[in-house]
Amino acid sequence: MTGPLSIFDRPNAYIGKSVPRPDAARLLVGRGQFVDDQQLPRMVHAAFVRSPHAHARIVSIDGAQAATMQGVVAVYDGSDMADHCEPWVGTLTHMQGLRSPPQYPLALDVVRWQGEPVAMVVATSRALAEDACGLIDVDYELLPEACNVEAALDRDAAVIHPEFGNNLAWERIVDSGDVDAAFARNDVTIVERTFRFNRHTGVTLEPRSSVVDFNPADETMTYWYAGQAPHMMQAILSKHLGLAEENIRLIANDVGGSFGIKIHTYGDDIATAVAARILARPVKFIADRNESFLTDIHARDHRIHGRMAVARDGEIAALEIDDLTGIGPYSMYPRTSAIECNQVLNLTGAPYAIQNYRARGQVVFQNKNLMSQYRAVGHPVAMAVAEGLLEDAALAIGLGSVDIRKRNLIRDDAYPVTSAAGMKFDDLSHCRTLDKLLDIMGHDVLREEHAKLRSSGIHRGIGIASIVEVTNPSPLFYGVGGASIAAQDGATVRLDAAGAIHVSASITEQGQGTNTIIAQIAADMFGVEIDRVKVTTGDTAHVPYGGGTWASRGAGIGGEAVLQAATALRGQVLEVAGTILQCAPDRLDILSGSIVDVKTAAQRMTLRELGRIVYFRGNELPPDVKPELIATRHYRVTDFPFVFTNGAMAAEVELDPETGFVKLLGFWVVEDCGRVINPQLVDEQIRGGVVQGIGGAFYEECIYSSNGQLLNASMADYLVPMAAEMPDIVVAHVETPTKTSVLGAKGAGEAGTGGAPAALLNAVNDALRAFDTSISEMPMTPERLLKALGVV
Amino acid sequence: MKAAEFDYAKPRTVDEALAILASHEGEVRPIAGGQSLMPMMNFRLAQPDMLMDLNALEELQGIRDEGGFIIIGAMTRYRELECSELIAAHIPLICAALPHIAHAAIRNRGTIGGSIALADPAAEMPALMLALEATITVVSSRGVRRILADEFFLGLYETALADDEIITEIHVPRSKAPAHFAFCELARRHGDYAIVGIAITAQEIMPMRGLRVALFSVSDRPVRAVAIEQALENTSVGDAGAMKLAVQAIGSMAFQDDLNATDKTKLHLVGVLLKRALTELCT
Amino acid sequence: MTAIEEINLTVNGERSTHRVPVRMNLVDFLRNELGLTGSHVGCEHGVCGACTVEVNGACVRGCLMLAVQADGLEVTTIEGLTASGRAGALQAAFHRRNSLQCGFCTPGMLASALEYCERGGAADRAAIREHIAGNYCRCTGYQSIVDAIYEVIAAEEAQ
Repeated sequence: MTGPLSIFDRPNAYIGKSVPRPDAARLLVGRGQFVDDQQLPRMVHAAFVRSPHAHARIVSIDGAQAATMQGVVAVYDGSDMADHCEPWVGTLTHMQGLRSPPQYPLALDVVRWQGEPVAMVVATSRALAEDACGLIDVDYELLPEACNVEAALDRDAAVIHPEFGNNLAWERIVDSGDVDAAFARNDVTIVERTFRFNRHTGVTLEPRSSVVDFNPADETMTYWYAGQAPHMMQAILSKHLGLAEENIRLIANDVGGSFGIKIHTYGDDIATAVAARILARPVKFIADRNESFLTDIHARDHRIHGRMAVARDGEIAALEIDDLTGIGPYSMYPRTSAIECNQVLNLTGAPYAIQNYRARGQVVFQNKNLMSQYRAVGHPVAMAVAEGLLEDAALAIGLGSVDIRKRNLIRDDAYPVTSAAGMKFDDLSHCRTLDKLLDIMGHDVLREEHAKLRSSGIHRGIGIASIVEVTNPSPLFYGVGGASIAAQDGATVRLDAAGAIHVSASITEQGQGTNTIIAQIAADMFGVEIDRVKVTTGDTAHVPYGGGTWASRGAGIGGEAVLQAATALRGQVLEVAGTILQCAPDRLDILSGSIVDVKTAAQRMTLRELGRIVYFRGNELPPDVKPELIATRHYRVTDFPFVFTNGAMAAEVELDPETGFVKLLGFWVVEDCGRVINPQLVDEQIRGGVVQGIGGAFYEECIYSSNGQLLNASMADYLVPMAAEMPDIVVAHVETPTKTSVLGAKGAGEAGTGGAPAALLNAVNDALRAFDTSISEMPMTPERLLKALGVV
Repeated sequence: MKAAEFDYAKPRTVDEALAILASHEGEVRPIAGGQSLMPMMNFRLAQPDMLMDLNALEELQGIRDEGGFIIIGAMTRYRELECSELIAAHIPLICAALPHIAHAAIRNRGTIGGSIALADPAAEMPALMLALEATITVVSSRGVRRILADEFFLGLYETALADDEIITEIHVPRSKAPAHFAFCELARRHGDYAIVGIAITAQEIMPMRGLRVALFSVSDRPVRAVAIEQALENTSVGDAGAMKLAVQAIGSMAFQDDLNATDKTKLHLVGVLLKRALTELCT
Repeated sequence: MTAIEEINLTVNGERSTHRVPVRMNLVDFLRNELGLTGSHVGCEHGVCGACTVEVNGACVRGCLMLAVQADGLEVTTIEGLTASGRAGALQAAFHRRNSLQCGFCTPGMLASALEYCERGGAADRAAIREHIAGNYCRCTGYQSIVDAIYEVIAAEEAQ
């Protein structure tokens, strides 16, 4: 550190301030640039024929009539696509034993879920393409389905991939300490419960969108991409389409929400790229909402049996879970569909000091849409199971909800700690966050109020949850398993001739405010006003190589790269300034766009003047001074597999026991995501995340018939959270910067979604306690609650 | 999700519209507000040969007070109902129901006639027609018919409207649209179709006389619960015996499952709503 | 054999004549024929509200109206609301309060919010929530949107 102040408390610092997002201005006036906004000369439009069946053999496809329709440019089936595209396999070597068969852009011989693309039409308009799809005649021979997760491993279950012999995709067992001995202790009380977390999905408001152009003259492909990981997609397209990676350019301008939906490999998107290559013209594919429900990855789908043993003083003596999760007919590429279950095994009970832990996870194939990573992968399941069991345990031994948590939370001064599941924790603050939560929600007063109301027939409940969130993943997350997914990110910072700086960074923006925090960090570390910082992200032709924004890694990893690059550039600029001003660089500083005296802050020269000299009047510099007014740095997490965050959350609900309706009265979050770069953006991440958690807990469910038909593939029938039912959410922070970086930022994108369902489950069960019943299934619909109440 | 091809006609008069219906071969779908038909067309669940746009028919617009009836033109939009002093003064039940019908942007365009013609069993307006003892006027080149709401709704999206007919107006008797009314529905989210809903009118409330009880989102059509009306006629709200009979009457009705609830749950919820609606009716 | 009709309409104050396939809905027309890409397509069945635009002064779903039905009417999109300044106070409040993340719902949300304000909607959080309940936002959780609308109305009331 060069100045008298810490780098984070320089005057007029931006880090730590709620700076409004510069890009929001554009979005507010209708000047966003989403993929569907692209209109290119000669562009044609894709539509897909999709399987109406969950499991069937394709006997024949007749596209002759469609191909002759005016306006139709091309009709492709699975084998046409296979000729131009290597299949992909959704496995990773570090997920030992995980298996999944090769997957093609369009189904080859057998369709394995309703909605699987079977044939593709490219036409001069989307409407014509859909007309032509209606003319394609596909003859199917129905096959028995395996849809129900709980029956998928039965001996008589239909086997989806005969070559595997059964429907098991992956299995993992964690066994730590002596679980059996702990359960056998005569001083413990054992509680157990079977939880069900039904399928839901991302419902990004902007559907999956691709516009792909191919120029045969120089073999280059340009892909306007509505996604989170441009470089990953570049590698995938290269590998499977056989194009040189450097010839593929991914451009992600504005992305209309992602939440993990848009980091995967979808057959229809790949088919769009293949079609563009064959046709040598731009092809647009925008999934319609029906296609989104049928093919955007689904999430969760777990049945978990959990058991917990607690001693009389509340000590958790042992925890055991058995997770069965359905992933559809394939493991999603390239991240695999086993990560969800793996996270559940890794994270259940993670906030607590538990010595004896056993977990089994079984991941099974089924004839439903693919299940894979969605916001807060595995977290809501892991948190709800542990928190739900903890409430049961507290009740069983007559301890309060708060007391049992305080008895078991890992102490704030205990770190570093390795959990029973092998997770390495550092810089967490469970005890402080819980204390602060109880304070901001007025816990004791609320409890008293509820007790009084209960006697007058008003049934309210409070639920508390302490959580961890996986953020800032290291290469051990995906890269180690062979995936072309970067765990490092880069940033380049450049000073222009007018004294402004330009940052290009490999992390991406989907609305979180990535570009804003990049600008804040660069402005602070370099020393200019934020409006003199221009940020470029999302274009593989113009940004350093890196992973993008997912797993709550943008701020923590990409932000650190920006910090390092801006700091490096600052040093380089001060070197040049020292030469020009004939003084030692360490006597100079950069403040608000000027070179100043480090002690007096007196201006010595403006950056514009420095730029003028370097770029236009190099003759004024000594010949041996070769200024580099550009710096690039990359950063990856090296000390830990992940940088965990923690938080505590509480929900207050009111149950109408006659109707099963639940009203959300309040929600509180205390989050520790390390250094907060932009409090408003972090708070809004938390709030949006909580509301997605509320969606999973009360509203959202992909309802399938027993033979694999998705029954609610519309926004009228699939219920997302809307404004009228959502509560105001109070957010507060504890800041424990991570020691793994200078910036000290951890992620904050997923905590809300990961923790809210646990708090909500406990709140509803608190309200149900007066009726001596409880619920263990999400979403907690009115009908399920009426069933729990024994009313229907 | 782009609509399939269709021909389009926009008649300027009802006669012109009836001529189109009488002469055109193939399926002609009249489009009113289009707030239900357009989604069905975008999903290609509806693929009419011709779409006949009713939006230029001035004859079907407006609300008037005439001969003891409030007469509502079929093309009256929900927004106009919301803003109508006549409706507020004489059919407050409609005002009570309107905020539950979808959202402002839908109500700006959706029409009362369109909702009645579609006969969605989960929609509010058809059930209101039953509770209000409304008469639906329909015309074709063959002539005019006036159909009691009780005889209009025949099944799932099925009505007494013939293929060559359109709804022109709705007569709500002022005497049947009294100050005694109640409207309750249970929807998962504000503006959603309800899991179950109930609309009640009564001529008198102490004791209850001239009750009309209409249920929606319980069956393949809006249902007038005559058995409930009979059980409660001439009784008071606190009458436990009558309430028991009414609940038994509900039990004898055939309810249908949907994604939100089984028939059994709907049955239970109608019982709850009935109790709440009666309390509302009498306060 | 595509059925085509000629329409005359006024969009954001500009009058023009177009030949449109009768099956083309209003939002596709605005986006693809006029290049007004501020209105977004989110569900095409009238639920999400991303395509909300003003037709003759009232908000409608752009996906639930045909372009041909806009013949003779006045359509105002986010581009027009911006140019006239009518949405200015809301836009500023949305910006200040970060009432948007990805921005995909924002033009439709602003149109609905503006209708609430211009119809004399009260500075009442529950009423605001109810009014915008037909506009889906996946990112924010709605609170900041409610804050911004509330703030604009409260500021107007204070004057």
